[in-house]
Amino acid sequence: MRAFAELLDRLVFTSSRNAKLRLMGDYFRHQPDPQRGYALAALTGALDFRSAKAGQVRDLVATRVDPVLFGWSYDYVGDLAETVALIWPARHGANRPPDIAEVVGELERAHRKRVPDLIERWLDALDPTERWALLKLITGGLRVGVSQRLAKTALAEAFGADLTDIEEVWHGLSPPYEELFAWLEGRREKPIIDARAAFRPLMLANPLADEEVERLDVEAYRAEWKWDGIRVQIVAGNGNRRLFSRTGEDITNTFPEIAEAMDFDAVLDGELLVVRDGEVASFNDLQQRLNRKTVTQKMLRDSPAHVRLYDILFEREEDLRPLGFDDRRARLERWHARARPARMDLSELLPVAALDDLRQLREEARQRGIEGLMLKRADSAYVAGRPKGPWYKWKRDPLSVDAVLMYAQRGHGKRSSFFSDYTFGTWRPDRENGGWELVPVGKAYFGFTDVELRRLDKWVRDHTVDRFGPVRAVSPELVLEIAFDAVHPSTRHKSGVAMRFPRVSRIRWDKPASEADLLETLEAMVER
Amino acid sequence: MSAPNPESWIQVTDRGIYVAPGDFHVDPTRPVPRAVVTHGHADHARPGHGAVLATAETLAIMRHRYGERAGRSHEPMAYGETRRIGDVTLRLAPAGHVLGSAQAVLEYAGSRVVVSGDYKRGADPTCAPFEPFACDAFVTEATFGLPVFRHPDPLHEAMRLLDARRMFPERAILVGTYALGKAQRLIALLRQAGYDRPIYLHGALMGLCELYRRHGVDLGPLEPATGQAKPALAGEIVLAPPAALNDRWARRLPEPLPCMASGWMRVRQRARQRGVELPLIISDHADWDELTATLEEVAAPKVWVTHGSEEALCHWARGRGFDARALAVVGWGEEDADPEDQGQVGGEGGR
Repeated sequence: MRAFAELLDRLVFTSSRNAKLRLMGDYFRHQPDPQRGYALAALTGALDFRSAKAGQVRDLVATRVDPVLFGWSYDYVGDLAETVALIWPARHGANRPPDIAEVVGELERAHRKRVPDLIERWLDALDPTERWALLKLITGGLRVGVSQRLAKTALAEAFGADLTDIEEVWHGLSPPYEELFAWLEGRREKPIIDARAAFRPLMLANPLADEEVERLDVEAYRAEWKWDGIRVQIVAGNGNRRLFSRTGEDITNTFPEIAEAMDFDAVLDGELLVVRDGEVASFNDLQQRLNRKTVTQKMLRDSPAHVRLYDILFEREEDLRPLGFDDRRARLERWHARARPARMDLSELLPVAALDDLRQLREEARQRGIEGLMLKRADSAYVAGRPKGPWYKWKRDPLSVDAVLMYAQRGHGKRSSFFSDYTFGTWRPDRENGGWELVPVGKAYFGFTDVELRRLDKWVRDHTVDRFGPVRAVSPELVLEIAFDAVHPSTRHKSGVAMRFPRVSRIRWDKPASEADLLETLEAMVER
Repeated sequence: MSAPNPESWIQVTDRGIYVAPGDFHVDPTRPVPRAVVTHGHADHARPGHGAVLATAETLAIMRHRYGERAGRSHEPMAYGETRRIGDVTLRLAPAGHVLGSAQAVLEYAGSRVVVSGDYKRGADPTCAPFEPFACDAFVTEATFGLPVFRHPDPLHEAMRLLDARRMFPERAILVGTYALGKAQRLIALLRQAGYDRPIYLHGALMGLCELYRRHGVDLGPLEPATGQAKPALAGEIVLAPPAALNDRWARRLPEPLPCMASGWMRVRQRARQRGVELPLIISDHADWDELTATLEEVAAPKVWVTHGSEEALCHWARGRGFDARALAVVGWGEEDADPEDQGQVGGEGGR
């Protein structure tokens, strides 16, 4: 438990992606099997102990600690697992400390009623950091800022392997992944997995740069709308029904209605959307359905999922990926007409003859509430990763508003001494006091150069009016031109709107704050 | 004749703890004619007193910090020596907190009160260990007076810095430490762990390290962090006051990895609020177990708790049959307050 606890403890304080990769890589290289495999499972969310609950831990601590002292301590610390880990009265030499493999194994085997005894025994044997790690592990949700993909990337970097190779075999393997580590260390061949159930790393597009537009050989490309949902891969057949996210996370259980519709034998690429009465709903609606473990009938009814198909990778056992796009498209259309799957339609091919047609379609995207265009070379084979040339995404021009800087926060890593995260606001009438007030509408932390960052940092220091821990409130004087892809209604924000992908496009040193935009300007940009 | 009640001869005034039959204050928070000072931290050792009685080390620290304002006359006292002041007999006993730190052991007409100042019970190669004295009333701090504060082995904490160096050789390992006590203890711990490279220091730490060295504490090779070429500090350990950690001073270092050595680092959220990437739980104050063990050991029927989480420690002590109460000494505990409120350099985020 020692090394795993130390890893979690370091991860929880580390914000830089690169440093996280290094910490995980170091762990995977130096820890033995099967401990490292269970740690990997914990980090990728592959462990789920239904038998252990936070309530049991709370009951346990009540039997061992003065409730008054516990109450004050919990108020001070603010996190149950951490409070229990710290306050637990040590019994030195009580038991042998368990390793992570033992914890996982015993919890899986133990009867529900025996779980509290196990936890108590382990808490007695561990030190405070280990106890914290144990409680995080068994009560679910490590929350150390590591996604499944980041953990796999760390694995790839630690052993000099290809991430796509790891993703390809991932779903055929299970904790503690001993054959995976053996292969990564060159001690055995790449694991052979049930190819019919595997995730195939996706083909991704590069953004089309302005200077590339003129040179584009329009006739060689096919155009589609760039739908604003989440990219998915459907793997069905041979008894398998799996829905994968772009990064290979299995999200089948989150979208049972899609799983139900997979009564065919093919591997498909598409966009997951919420579609109501034939209309694509906003990304916000889809977001309500993501990251949910249980799906309610109400969610199924109010936000029904739908897949708009882009491509076909396999039909039965036949691998179609080496074919050109046009050939695959023809196969996709024929397959779709024959299979008629529920909740799935085809992404329309847009008629394009010349560059002007493309430009016009891109203009139309805004009115239709679509992100932009996808351009795919007619002869492009389906290859994993983001090859330069065959596929492009051409987003519509961003929206922009002039907003006023309100708060600044220190960044992380290289930027840790700089105020580099900016909260900005727009004006609205102040109903209580008359006049105008600023209301925060978003937060941006990129879009400026290092030189501009230094100047912004100095400006923040010179214009600070209040401090809240790491946050500075500044005098409302500086205008930032904020670019963003879209704006949606939001009940979670005081302003009632949420921007998608905001960034600083220009710093308007010249512009008086009173001339910045009104909240109503932003509200008018909400689509539909 | 029975011994007088401690309350009858020890009083709390707006200047701090007043010992009436000797006409002096212990760690007064405002200028007084006659002061006994337990240790050199700024919340206990204030400038501007008349006569100051303390260990030679504490007096040297006060002169280093306050120069002319360190007090009109200085009377050094060694540990174990006794002195009569008015009707009171005073003895200074080691407190194990920082170099020269002492408990004031006060006796009057057969009644004994110990004002412990700040103390810890864990080993520290830079100062003499705490010596328990049985007494009628024990005045204790409670900086870490909640049972969640349990300091781990400090050597293990120091070794985490060496791990970080190995894993991030291109970054400077920047550790926030208080200038008096913590910096020197951390250096001594690193030496104990076998680290013999030069340790680089922020200018604010140089003087006190030199002072420790003059008093016989070996700290190994130390270099100023300022004036070094930026790449030369990659993989090196750099110590600075906490306030310099995330501020402009740190820009001279290559990709600094911010660390902080403090007992407050035990609570993760506190460390995160400070932007600390590697918290080291190293404290010069007694943790919960040390506080409670000390109360049991000195077995004073009366326990007066001065600063920190008084409520919790009093609650515990009453449950064990002590007559415990909080003693509000305004101003104590500031130097070691929660780092979120700390501001030792330039007032950045200061109180």
